[in-house]
Amino acid sequence: MNESATIISQAAAVVLKRQRNSMLRHARYVVSENPVTGFAFTLFVLIALCALIGPYVVPYNPLASDTTVTLKPPSLEHWFGTDQLGRDIFSRVVVATRLDFVIALASVALVFAMGGFAGVAAGYFGGWTDRIVSRIADTIMAFPLFVLAMGIVAALGNTVTNIVIATAIINFPLYARVARAEANVRREAGFVQAARLSGNGEFRIPLMHILPNIMPIMMVQISLTMGYAILNAAGLSFIGLGVRPPTPEWGIMVAEGAANIISGEWWIALFPGAALMLAVFCFNLLGDGLRDLVDPQRRT
Amino acid sequence: MLATIGKRLVTVIPTLIGVIIVTFLLTRVLPGDPAVYFAGPAATPQSIADIRKQLGFDRPLPEQFLRYVNDLAHGNFGNSLSTGRPVSTEITSRLPASAELTLTGLLLSMLIAVPLGVLAAVRQGSWIDHLCRIVATVGVSLPVFFTGLLLVYIFYFRLGWAPAPIGRLDVFYTAPAQYTGFYLIDSLLTGDFEAFRAALSQLLLPALTLGIFSLAPIARMTRASMLAVLASDFVRTARASGLKTSTVIITYAFRNAMLPVVTTLGMVFSFLLGANVLVEKVFAWPGIGSYAVEALIASDFAPVQGFVLTMAILYVALNMAIDVLYGIIDPRVRLEG
Amino acid sequence: MLKRTVPARDGKTLPLLDVQNLTVEFQTRRGVVRAVEQINLTVAKSETVGIVGESGSGKSVTSYAVMRILDRAGRIVDGTVIFSGMDLRAAAEAEMRDMRGREISMIFQNPRAALNPIRKIGKQIEDVLLQHAQVDTYQVSEKAVEMLNLVRIARPRERYHAYPFELSGGMCQRVVIALALACKPQLLIADEPTTGLDVTTQKAVMDLVVELTQQRGMSTILITHDLGLAAAYCDRVVVMEKGHIVETADSDAIFKDPAHPYTRKLMRATPRLGVSLRELLPEDQGERAKAAPPAKETVPKDALLFVENLVKEYPRQGRGPVLGRLFGKRPLPESENFRAVDGITFSIARGESVGLVGESGCGKSTTSMMVMRLIEKSAGSIIFDGEDIGKFPARHFAKLPMRKRIQMVFQDPTDSLNPRFTAARAIADPLLRLAGMPRRRLRACCEELAQQVGLPLELLDRFPHQLSGGQKARVGIARAIALKPDLIILDEPTAALDVSVQAIVLNLLQDLKDSLGISYLFVSHDLNVVRLLCNRVIVMRAGKIVEEGPTKRVLAKPQAEYTRDLLAAIPHPPL
Repeated sequence: MNESATIISQAAAVVLKRQRNSMLRHARYVVSENPVTGFAFTLFVLIALCALIGPYVVPYNPLASDTTVTLKPPSLEHWFGTDQLGRDIFSRVVVATRLDFVIALASVALVFAMGGFAGVAAGYFGGWTDRIVSRIADTIMAFPLFVLAMGIVAALGNTVTNIVIATAIINFPLYARVARAEANVRREAGFVQAARLSGNGEFRIPLMHILPNIMPIMMVQISLTMGYAILNAAGLSFIGLGVRPPTPEWGIMVAEGAANIISGEWWIALFPGAALMLAVFCFNLLGDGLRDLVDPQRRT
Repeated sequence: MLATIGKRLVTVIPTLIGVIIVTFLLTRVLPGDPAVYFAGPAATPQSIADIRKQLGFDRPLPEQFLRYVNDLAHGNFGNSLSTGRPVSTEITSRLPASAELTLTGLLLSMLIAVPLGVLAAVRQGSWIDHLCRIVATVGVSLPVFFTGLLLVYIFYFRLGWAPAPIGRLDVFYTAPAQYTGFYLIDSLLTGDFEAFRAALSQLLLPALTLGIFSLAPIARMTRASMLAVLASDFVRTARASGLKTSTVIITYAFRNAMLPVVTTLGMVFSFLLGANVLVEKVFAWPGIGSYAVEALIASDFAPVQGFVLTMAILYVALNMAIDVLYGIIDPRVRLEG
Repeated sequence: MLKRTVPARDGKTLPLLDVQNLTVEFQTRRGVVRAVEQINLTVAKSETVGIVGESGSGKSVTSYAVMRILDRAGRIVDGTVIFSGMDLRAAAEAEMRDMRGREISMIFQNPRAALNPIRKIGKQIEDVLLQHAQVDTYQVSEKAVEMLNLVRIARPRERYHAYPFELSGGMCQRVVIALALACKPQLLIADEPTTGLDVTTQKAVMDLVVELTQQRGMSTILITHDLGLAAAYCDRVVVMEKGHIVETADSDAIFKDPAHPYTRKLMRATPRLGVSLRELLPEDQGERAKAAPPAKETVPKDALLFVENLVKEYPRQGRGPVLGRLFGKRPLPESENFRAVDGITFSIARGESVGLVGESGCGKSTTSMMVMRLIEKSAGSIIFDGEDIGKFPARHFAKLPMRKRIQMVFQDPTDSLNPRFTAARAIADPLLRLAGMPRRRLRACCEELAQQVGLPLELLDRFPHQLSGGQKARVGIARAIALKPDLIILDEPTAALDVSVQAIVLNLLQDLKDSLGISYLFVSHDLNVVRLLCNRVIVMRAGKIVEEGPTKRVLAKPQAEYTRDLLAAIPHPPL
């Protein structure tokens, strides 16, 4: 071993000893390096808290209407004002967090499972698997996605479950395509050949070797799709599909407040809309931060 | 050139078949008896049975499908329950309104987004770069119906600059003669400047809403694409050859950078056509989106099916046009077949 | 090989390019990095200067700084750059733009990427001509065709309308040369212009550059990591290491009698005629290691691997005959299929090291993939230790016990390591999958292997992006020998490594072969490396074997004309 290599390796040993708890350290490094990610993460925690404990801590019952205080602007008693039925908008906005969050989470989990595996299989095995998956994805992509969601919910019935299913279906092509492209690129990579030489079978390789490598990219997709799923659910509710009144949900609340905008009662639509925007914004920012965390190549 | 278009047409056919099958299946997955949906909420058992026979729901599935395709080929999309008129007539009469709105919105957004993205890439790290990135991130997060409502509140209610969001034209004006169905073009063609001004002022806010919505993905893609191209080897060669900055940016970088942007347009159109529905509801715009929404509320199913099919066919045609455009810009696609 | 006539230098004429105390810094995520420090460099008129160094030496950065086309993050912080009496550092950007292409030109590595992919090459030449007002718009097309002709592109009028993807790598480089010389600059900077090109193409391109620059009395700076190339084409050579110039001298002097230890180390490490493997290592180490046994020339009788009439066909892309007739085109004249490997026969004995040599596209990599059972063969047989392994489909081969006995070392160490596996996990993979080793013994085994290949134990827990090129290569080798295979196929294992690291790795490979008794199939395009490591050599071209025999004999007295061409094209330093 020549001298310079020895020096380098000794230095490396010292550095490595300090990095025992590397995962947590890296998390802290990423958050401190990019304050925007830190901000997004805090916001995410806030939203999750709202979803979890919101219904228990809100000042008013979100469904209780009080005809004596209809259409009141924001005040100390009602932070976000009241709507046409006298319901407290602040309570409704906070409680709605849970529903939108759960819809988004469920549809993303569903589509990640379906699309991710289908895409990796298509990209890795090629042939008929590829053809079938691509054909399905292409057929779905042939429709403007929101329009297809409308059609699916209209056909299947006006329920929240069907919103989840529709959102999962319209996001399937995206996940399948991304997973397929990434698997395809890695299919003939050196380390995959090496894995074959080491005795890994044809089902083990996509699962244990390729999938972990594409996780960072899928993570970014998941975060971005969470935002898109919320927008989708809100949009469907806005036109009357899926969620029905009096359930508090951001999209439906904006619809209920839409008519009042022209008469100047802005608070009914603004606060749920702003909450919507904030949630989606948070998920989009989080996507970038997540990628830094999960991808070992970004570690110094 | 014709060969390229011909080849694209051939690949489009299986897509169209898929679209038709899916729209057909949409009615057949309705929970319960489809005849009930088509008969309407106020139907008697007798009228339901009549509808069932009339629309062929008592026949085996493959036969139903053939009937469906046959109907489509003759332009028969069924009849609307609430108005009693054929769906196809209503859709064709309302299509120009939606088209005018969508195209104006897209035009507005490209006029802003593309230069913004290019400048942001060329002047990396400057205020315009930061502006572009903020616009992109925020723009993707804004729900389109929320933007629309905000704009109405600010520009109509508060500032009074915009007219009331009640459709394409104020009641005091009459629509210009029908050449294209686009009020802007038709009014210019007939020289009716009053109508032009009125139509434009009504169009502005909804088009702006759509424009803001599609601004973000286009700006983001333009910026990313320009950055990648500016860092490429051939731009380095162009610089090392002493070419003027404007030549480098326009002839060498921009054209190459536009390729991924053109591909993104396909995705942007998908979002736009969907957002169209929401914007039409906010601004009471008499297009096919609001037609479908009204039908949904009235549980009138045939228009919804017709709407989905029309949108899909439109979208397929648009994608084909984008492919052809891509082939014009990129000779590699053209010549390698 | 054309050697330049060195112009007489008198102390009175000013140099064309005079660089003094040049220092360049880069802003990176980890702070400021000094890429180049206090560089002094002069280039006289009609002189060719070579800048030689390994990766990270700063040789490219120097030339980018001279032309002021550094990255956004780069800055010249000290020094002067005087070109033809003009201060380039102080010049305005508009003046620099005038200089670029017209007075100083540059050609780069990877020629196809250096051309605008969606613009006709003729137009790209015109852009440069028009920019520097060399000719008016009526005659510019003629001039462009003239330039294409000058760089020896056949049918220049037709090729004017071609796009870069329609041309070969060598032709693209010629177009880049045409771009660079169109305005008759005084200085040409060539940054690794032949890396990635075949050896014969390399010679053609370099000869063209020399001819054109000599004709016009141009000066040239040739940046390269290939000492042989520098020796063959340069008057003076500058050696750089980690941002500093360590030695400057006439090329004869530097090769015959290098002064600086780093230069000596580089010289020693370059594989060339007449040296053994041990002599590639730095002087102190070469002596410490025990002398390698001389390469055996006689072939032992028992064949470990016997390949007979091996064929690999690929269906041709593009329009099939039916579709072609539909669109009114003539049916394709050639056969339907493309034969990457066209019926070859060879054998490898136990303990033997066989080199498989050829230029890109000759089928050597495809052959090695088939022997490895990673792709299916189209026809022929592959007999390994008496058993026909060709009959097992490639998909299932991974699970067979035979898999253990044939392993591979890949060309690109970065690509062949799973980015999410640590070095230890990567080395352990074959042990886990094929040797069924219990986990508790795994670590001990990995450490043993690491020691065998000279990888420091602390590096075992690192990820690939935290390792250097040489370290990654060692991990790949450790993984390959983990199961103690009988045959290892090495696919250009040192192509991506610096020359000094290559010397160490080649010696390591030889030592392992001797101590473990493994046979090697060494696939390479570099005849000098093959000369050092292999008993026998097989030369391939266009899917067929053109020559085969003991290395010494084939390289000293080649019988096939192609082999002679290959040998003649290798640039080597003066002995």
